Amino acid sequence: MSTTKNELIKGKEQSVSADETVSISRRKVLGGAVLAAGSLAAPSLAKATESNPDNLPPNVSEWTPYLGEGVDVNPYGSPSEHEAHVIRRSVEWLTASPESSVNFTPLQDLDGIVTPNGLCFERHHGGVPEVIPQDYRLMINGLVDHELIFTLDDLKRFPQVNRFHFLECAANGGMEWRGAQLNGCQYTFGMVHNVQYSGVRLSDICREVGVKPSAKWVLAEGGDSAGMNRSIPIEKILDDCMIAYSMNGEALRPEQGYPARLVVPGWEGNMWVKWIRRLEFGDMPYMAREETSKYTDLMEDGKARMFTWVMDAKSCVTSPSPEKPMMHKGQNLLKGLAWSGRGKITRVDVSLDGGVNWQTAELHDPVLDKSLTRFTLPFQWNGEELKVQSRAMDETGYVQPTIQALQKERGVNSIYHNNAIATWLVKSNGEVENVRLG
Amino acid sequence: MFVSVNDMMKPVIKGLAGLGLTKMVLAAAVLAAAVVPASAGERVFGLGKLATPEEVKGWDIDVRPDGLGAPIGAGNAIDGEEVYADRCAHCHGDFGEGVDRWPILAGGHDSLDSEDPVKTIGSYWPYASTAYDYIYRAMPFGEAQSLTYDETYMIVAYLLYMNDVIEDDFVLSNENIGSIEMPNRDNFFMPDPRPDAQLASGEPCMSNCNVSTEIIGRARIIDVTPEDDG
Repeated sequence: MSTTKNELIKGKEQSVSADETVSISRRKVLGGAVLAAGSLAAPSLAKATESNPDNLPPNVSEWTPYLGEGVDVNPYGSPSEHEAHVIRRSVEWLTASPESSVNFTPLQDLDGIVTPNGLCFERHHGGVPEVIPQDYRLMINGLVDHELIFTLDDLKRFPQVNRFHFLECAANGGMEWRGAQLNGCQYTFGMVHNVQYSGVRLSDICREVGVKPSAKWVLAEGGDSAGMNRSIPIEKILDDCMIAYSMNGEALRPEQGYPARLVVPGWEGNMWVKWIRRLEFGDMPYMAREETSKYTDLMEDGKARMFTWVMDAKSCVTSPSPEKPMMHKGQNLLKGLAWSGRGKITRVDVSLDGGVNWQTAELHDPVLDKSLTRFTLPFQWNGEELKVQSRAMDETGYVQPTIQALQKERGVNSIYHNNAIATWLVKSNGEVENVRLG
Repeated sequence: MFVSVNDMMKPVIKGLAGLGLTKMVLAAAVLAAAVVPASAGERVFGLGKLATPEEVKGWDIDVRPDGLGAPIGAGNAIDGEEVYADRCAHCHGDFGEGVDRWPILAGGHDSLDSEDPVKTIGSYWPYASTAYDYIYRAMPFGEAQSLTYDETYMIVAYLLYMNDVIEDDFVLSNENIGSIEMPNRDNFFMPDPRPDAQLASGEPCMSNCNVSTEIIGRARIIDVTPEDDG
C-alpha cells in the first residue's frame, strides 16, 4: 500500500493547517472576510504527498505530451495505483484464523450504491473453496416430488432475475455494543456490501422440483470446508430468494460463492450460503450450529433470541469519518449510506451536534428495496467541533435507534444486530474519531 | 403455471439451432429423457437430472434435532476421549477449554447472564444433534468430513460428558441422539420480537432534542484499531 493511515492523518493535518494559513492571511488582507477555503484547498488526500506543482496550470502536465499505454496492457483492468489504499481490511485479533474470519468493505472510499466486486467484504468459515464450474452441482432433496441435480448451465437456463441487494453480516458493528471501540467507518460499518445479482428465483426452482405441501423449511448447505448450513422458512424462499451466479455483471467472485450462492434479501448475511451445493426441504428447522450456537442474540437475562433474521434499518456517515478527516473549511459534502432489510429507505436525518438538531439529507436515485441507498448533505464547516450522526427511516416507519435504546432492550452481550446510530467527533483540526455519547 | 412438455421444449430446441444436426438430435434426446417425471407432478422447465438415492445419500449429511438424518453408528465418551485428544484437543484443549482464540467447548455454566458469558456446548447449545451435524460436516478444521460416523458419535459423547450432560459409559447413537436433553434448551425464544427499541411517538425529534451529547467513550483511547503498516 502506498499510503498509510498515519500518512493520511499527517496529510490531513498539513492540509488543514494550510487552509488555516490561507484563511488567516486572507483575513489579514481582506479585513476578516470569511472565504470559501475550498477553492484554495490542498490536493486530495491520497495524492497529498505526491503533488508536483509543475503539473498545475499554466504548465503542461507531465502526462499530457506523451502516449500512454495501449489497450490490453491490463486485459481485466484494475483501479489506478493512486487508489491502492482502497482495499478490504481485517482486524486480526477478532478471529482465530484467516480461514475462519472476516474483513471489511472500505465504505468510506465509495460513492453511489454499488460495491465493486473486489471490495465486497469477505466472511468465510472454512476458507474459499476452489470450485470447478464444470463439476459444480446443486442438489435439491427432501420433501419434493422430484429430487433433482442441476449443473451451472442448468441454472443459467432458468428465467433470470437481476436485482440489487445489500448483504450485511449480523455481527456488523458487533464490537461497538459496550462502547466506541474501533476507530474507523470501515471497521464499524464495513460488513456490508451491495451488488446487482443475476440468477434464478428459488420459486422457479421450487416449481421445477414440486415442493410438497408438508415442506415448511429449507436447509441451505454450502460446498465449502465448513459445509455452511442454515434453515430458512419456505415463505421467504418463495417470496424473494434466489440462486445468484453473477454479481455486478460478472461471475461471482470466488470469495463471494463462485459459481453460485444463495441470496436472501434483507436477511442476515450468514444465511446467504456461498458455494451452495444443496437445498433440503423439510417440515422443521434443522438447528444448525450457525443458528443455535451462533447468530442467536443473548439478552441481559441469559435467554437468547433465536431466528432473528431481518436486518433492521441502519445508516452511517461515510465521510467525514475517522478515515476521511475534514480537509477544508467552508463548503463540504457529507456522504453516507442507509439500508433496511424491511424495504426501502424513506428518509435519512443528519445531526452535526450529537443529536440535538437534525436536518434531512438528500436521498439519491435509485432508492431500491433492501438495497444500500446513498444520501448526501452539503454543509459549511469553519473549524468548530462537530458530533456527526445519521438516522435512517424505512417504509415500514422504522426509525434507526440510539445505542441507549438498543441497550435498554437487549443489554450489551447480544453481539448481533447492532444497528444503532453512531457518532463521529470532528475536532477543530479536522481529525475525526469514533466516540460514544451519553 | 404448468406447461406441457412440448411447450417447454420450444425455447430449448430454438436455443440449440446453432448446433449441428446430429448434436442437436442427441441433445434433444437427452433433454427429452431428462424431463420424464419419476413420480406425480409435471416439471415446468425440464431442467436438471433426477438425483439417484446414492447421490443424495452422499451429500445429505445433516442431522436434525429429532435425530432425522443421523447415520447408523454409536460411541461413548470413554472411547471418545482418545479420538478427541487426537483430532480436536490441539485447538480446543484437552478439557474443551480452548487454545488461543479457538472456541471453548465445555464449562461456562451459569455465565450467560453475567458480564462475560461463556457460550459452550454445555452452557448454551440447545440440541445435541447440532454437535454431531457440525462436527461431522466441518471438523477437524481443514479436514472436513474425514471422521467416521462412529468417531463422530464418540467425540460428541465425550463433549457431552465433559459438559455433564451424559455419563462416560453412555452409548450415544443414531437411536438416541434425538432425545438428549440439553441444559439450556428452554432459554431460546422466538419469534423475533423486533422491531424493538422504537420511539413511542413514531416520529423522531428534529430540533432542540433532549439528548446527552457528553462524550463517554473514545475508540482512539481504547486503541485496538489496526494500523496500516504501509
